[in-house]
Amino acid sequence: MSMYLEMIRVRFLMMLAYRTNYYSGILIYSINIGAYYFLWSAIYGNNEEIQGLSVLQMTTYVAVAWMARAFYFNNIDREIAAEIKDGKVAIEMIRPYNYLGMKTMQALGEGIFRLLFFSVPGMIIVALVFPISFSANLSTWLFFFVSLVFSFIVNTQINLLTGIMSFFLFNNTGLIRAKRVVIDLFSGLLLPISFYPLWAQTVMTYLPFQAISYIPSMIFTEGFVGKEIFNAVLLQAFWALILLIPIRLLWSLAKKQLIVQGG
Amino acid sequence: MNVIEVQNLRKEFKSYSSRSGLSGAFRDLFTRNYKTLAAVDDISLNIKQGEMVGYIGENGAGKSTTIKMLTGILTPTSGSIVVNGMNPHKQREEFVRTIGVVFGQRSQLWWDIAVQESFRLLKKVYRVSDEDYNRHMGHVIETLEIGPLLDKPVRKLSLGQRMRCELAAALIHNPPLLFLDEPTIGLDVLVKLKIRKFLKEINEQYKTTILLTTHDLTDIEALCERVVLLDEGKIIYDGKLNQLQSQAVEGKQVEFEFLTEIAKNNLVFLPNVQWEQKDATTWLAHVNGDERLVSQLISLVVQKNPIKNVRINEVSTEEIVRKIYEEGMALA
Repeated sequence: MSMYLEMIRVRFLMMLAYRTNYYSGILIYSINIGAYYFLWSAIYGNNEEIQGLSVLQMTTYVAVAWMARAFYFNNIDREIAAEIKDGKVAIEMIRPYNYLGMKTMQALGEGIFRLLFFSVPGMIIVALVFPISFSANLSTWLFFFVSLVFSFIVNTQINLLTGIMSFFLFNNTGLIRAKRVVIDLFSGLLLPISFYPLWAQTVMTYLPFQAISYIPSMIFTEGFVGKEIFNAVLLQAFWALILLIPIRLLWSLAKKQLIVQGG
Repeated sequence: MNVIEVQNLRKEFKSYSSRSGLSGAFRDLFTRNYKTLAAVDDISLNIKQGEMVGYIGENGAGKSTTIKMLTGILTPTSGSIVVNGMNPHKQREEFVRTIGVVFGQRSQLWWDIAVQESFRLLKKVYRVSDEDYNRHMGHVIETLEIGPLLDKPVRKLSLGQRMRCELAAALIHNPPLLFLDEPTIGLDVLVKLKIRKFLKEINEQYKTTILLTTHDLTDIEALCERVVLLDEGKIIYDGKLNQLQSQAVEGKQVEFEFLTEIAKNNLVFLPNVQWEQKDATTWLAHVNGDERLVSQLISLVVQKNPIKNVRINEVSTEEIVRKIYEEGMALA
């Protein structure tokens, strides 16, 4: 266990080694939140509410969705693909640890780093600039964090799956890019799921993506109430469990298939 | 006791060949020509504890593939491998605790962080106690002279500095078996000597078994008593290095530098000796025989003509190996 903690620490150090990335990240997220804020204010116009969300809830939704993204988002799919491509995965195979477990820990290190040094200060700044409502309800916060943990797990699992695919495809930049767009679109980051047409909403309930962004953001903005919150978190947990199966299967296939490229 | 036991090991790779031209590329989209190549072809090998074995062969002979199978990275197509009493691929996590690996071509340190952070992480990964770490690594760091490098990020190190750190990193858990895949590639003489000296030391001190692949045969000469020579996936020689030398040597050359110009008929003529003139005062004798014939020749020549210099040219290992690569083992 201590080696996983150590890995999180190392990831912290790596994040600190590239300060420019850190600063430019803050800038990009602020621009995004600002852009979506003005876009939504324009769309709402004189309407009090659309699809059961008020303007205030909507801006909060946008801000929280992006700040939560800083926590669950990571590039381990791209890292895995790169390590396979240049043969570095060979080094990982001679280490007495579970490769995927270690990658997850690296992602977690990155996530915690950004949550502490990025999301929290960012959220305070955003709250000063734009009108945002924070819930005073402790249980809302509690459910939000539980749900945030699940959104990290589900997103990381999907990333692992995409990464492992490069064991078979050798070059999966296209797949990685497609996955990113699909997640941004179907997870409810750009548009709350309740805004989609009904048939699309039905389709999306059968996909794991809304567990990533829509659920934690809706909990935070109190768009979900009572039993809805409970069901939503259960749905996340369900996906977190289900996704373990394809990961296990693909990984054991990948290990057999492993050809170290180069050398 | 055998540390490595390999029996009838075989690894096949399926590769496809691209068709030429644009229409070929379109056809490749639908069907591809696959062919199976055996990178390692029916190898059997035993290595005892404390041995230092040189594993040599041309590029593409299958050295790295063998090492990757021995370390559990690749699964063999057929055959059995037992290393440190375990099956490397099946018992991977348990197995890799008992080996150290250095790949000269790729780094296993974390690129963006200081060397000591990598060491600290590896120490945790291999569950090395502080006490063991300080005792063992203190010595390693001192011998490899990497103390001043520890707080630098890996990307700022020179190749020689990095290689010494890599070696230290592979030894953090003091493994009884060490695989070195071209550890001296691209290094200068001083660093090479330092690494060789260090390897000898740990071999003596801890009875560490070392399997070494390299293209630098002086490495092998300096370190290994035993060499395994690989060609197209097959072992073509397995035995003592000096035996390889004496077997493959066709003969010796003796170079005489005389004080004055010497005509050919003033030279000594013996059976199995052929003369060749290099310049006015220098003659080269090709001796096809053993040392006795050589000394007989020298004594006769020296009696007859005053000489400035005599040199006996041994055939170097490099020369031998080059011949074997080119002409196969039939020579030896």
